[in-house]
Amino acid sequence: MHTALLLDMAADAAPDRLALGRRADGLTFHVARRRARAGAAWLAGQGGETVAFLGLNGPALPTALFAAGLLARPFAPLNYRLPDADLNKLLARTTPSVAIVDDDMTGRLQPHPGVTVVTRSAFEAACAAEPPDELPWAEPDIAVLLFTSGTTGEPKAAILRHSNLTSYVISTVEFLGAEEDEAALVSVPPYHVAGISAVLTGVYGGRRIVHLEAFTPEAWVEAAAAEGITHAMVVPTMLGRILDILEARGESLPSMRALSYGGGRMPLPVIERALNLLPHVDFVNAYGLTETSSTIAVLGPDDHRMALYSDDEAVKRRLGSVGKPLPALELEIRGPDGEVLGPNQSGEIYVRGEQVSGEYTSKKVIGADGWFATNDGGFMDEDGYLFVEGRLDDVIVRGGENMSPGEIEDVLREHPGVADVAVLGLPDNEWGEKVAAVVVAKDAPPAADELAAWVKARLRSSKTPEVWAFREALPYNDTGKLLRRQLKAEMSAPAAAA
Amino acid sequence: MDLKPGSRWKSAVCDAEFVVVRPPKAPVSLECGGHQVIPHADARPGDLVLSDAHAAGSAAGKRYTDAETGLEALCSKAGAGSLSVDGRAIGAAEAKKLPSSD
Repeated sequence: MHTALLLDMAADAAPDRLALGRRADGLTFHVARRRARAGAAWLAGQGGETVAFLGLNGPALPTALFAAGLLARPFAPLNYRLPDADLNKLLARTTPSVAIVDDDMTGRLQPHPGVTVVTRSAFEAACAAEPPDELPWAEPDIAVLLFTSGTTGEPKAAILRHSNLTSYVISTVEFLGAEEDEAALVSVPPYHVAGISAVLTGVYGGRRIVHLEAFTPEAWVEAAAAEGITHAMVVPTMLGRILDILEARGESLPSMRALSYGGGRMPLPVIERALNLLPHVDFVNAYGLTETSSTIAVLGPDDHRMALYSDDEAVKRRLGSVGKPLPALELEIRGPDGEVLGPNQSGEIYVRGEQVSGEYTSKKVIGADGWFATNDGGFMDEDGYLFVEGRLDDVIVRGGENMSPGEIEDVLREHPGVADVAVLGLPDNEWGEKVAAVVVAKDAPPAADELAAWVKARLRSSKTPEVWAFREALPYNDTGKLLRRQLKAEMSAPAAAA
Repeated sequence: MDLKPGSRWKSAVCDAEFVVVRPPKAPVSLECGGHQVIPHADARPGDLVLSDAHAAGSAAGKRYTDAETGLEALCSKAGAGSLSVDGRAIGAAEAKKLPSSD
């Protein structure tokens, strides 16, 4: 099934409903489809196979995504925040391609054989033309190519097929289930899987999509108010910064109904603060990966509220879980020998289902039986709530004991003097690895002894960091992922060892 | 008829259109409004009429499933006819409401 059929269905059933953009001058579903079809006809004449996209968020993103889908050409959004050299390397990997590029970004690109660069304004002008009655039929295959953030090396291109994405959408979203007045604010960038899935689920659900060109907490809060935003998805760092603005201004997002978050570990103090500050908002924690077409587990609004108000420790701790796997999926926790583990036993998270691609252009990492190893560690409790402990590569092994940095970070974040913290393993001659903590203090840095005692009182002494460092800020990429590897390399350098 | 996943079909007697989401375990005939559905690209014949026994309607966005053969079809455009497999009426799957996460 083509992703473009999702737009077709909405345009047939609700042609006059607003689909994209602002209340004042947004596009209806009927117009959005016309523009995608005209854009597809124009792109077909530009040559190439892949449709690369380099630009900020905006209505051109869904138009280009559906236009590429109509032609059954892979859509490859590129990260405009990369240094020019890295960006050009990625662009070269899309060949043969046509690249839709924001007008003010064309100067960053070198000429590449096999890549035709068209400006966003030229593409948008072409989309205003009369669309053809018929477009050539093409069998749907690869819908989207997403380059992973490459925190571990050369970025890999993850493949999401039309079948992965459409099965995700139709199994999780009620067709035109949104009320007419609902609007979603999308501030995750186009090159993030959530930026793609937001377009597809928004269109199928019939919810107006308002794009924030680029995220700042001020612009987000202002757009939410101006456009009567009812739904939004943010990454954890965004939420913390949004709360700062709301508190400073004494505002509370009156039109907001639901806020979902994902894309990284949510610090407990941040979500607790959000629940207290915005009691009228339904919070949803969504866990997913690029290779799984976005969400595979959700912690819903009721679970959030119950966890906040419950005295039961098992219920309380669920605020740190990612909820339950989607019903259309299978999910297992497996041990090192591939054995399926029981409740509360930590292992690797495996997932299987039609939305799971588990494929890169370079290699397939999905088993013949359809099971995909996520490389995330985690466990499930007795009631089926999934707890994610982080990337398996980040697990600290000290004297044969496996420790998840996230657990230690969570404890340290509860300390009143800690604003942010990263925990990682450093090489150690005696134990193999030792636990190190890099702390961003709120005001005056707390004493390392005091922090060590804090962790020891709540966890075990083996989990208490032995190395402490204090910094002004931690390194994150622009979608809120901690660059743990970079930090580890810096901390392992001889100068930092003191 | 080859009801492979992603294949598109339409009713021969009403406006309804369908996409196969999951194929049947064995070959079957998929009908809408009492008549076998036709490929999406084909023109509707003018001489067939909607059967009263299969006129409960099809709603866009609903997924219709046949427990017996595993066939699942998504209605992509609404119509007056309802689906049947080898003459047996089939119903819509219970939609599980999930909180929106994107």
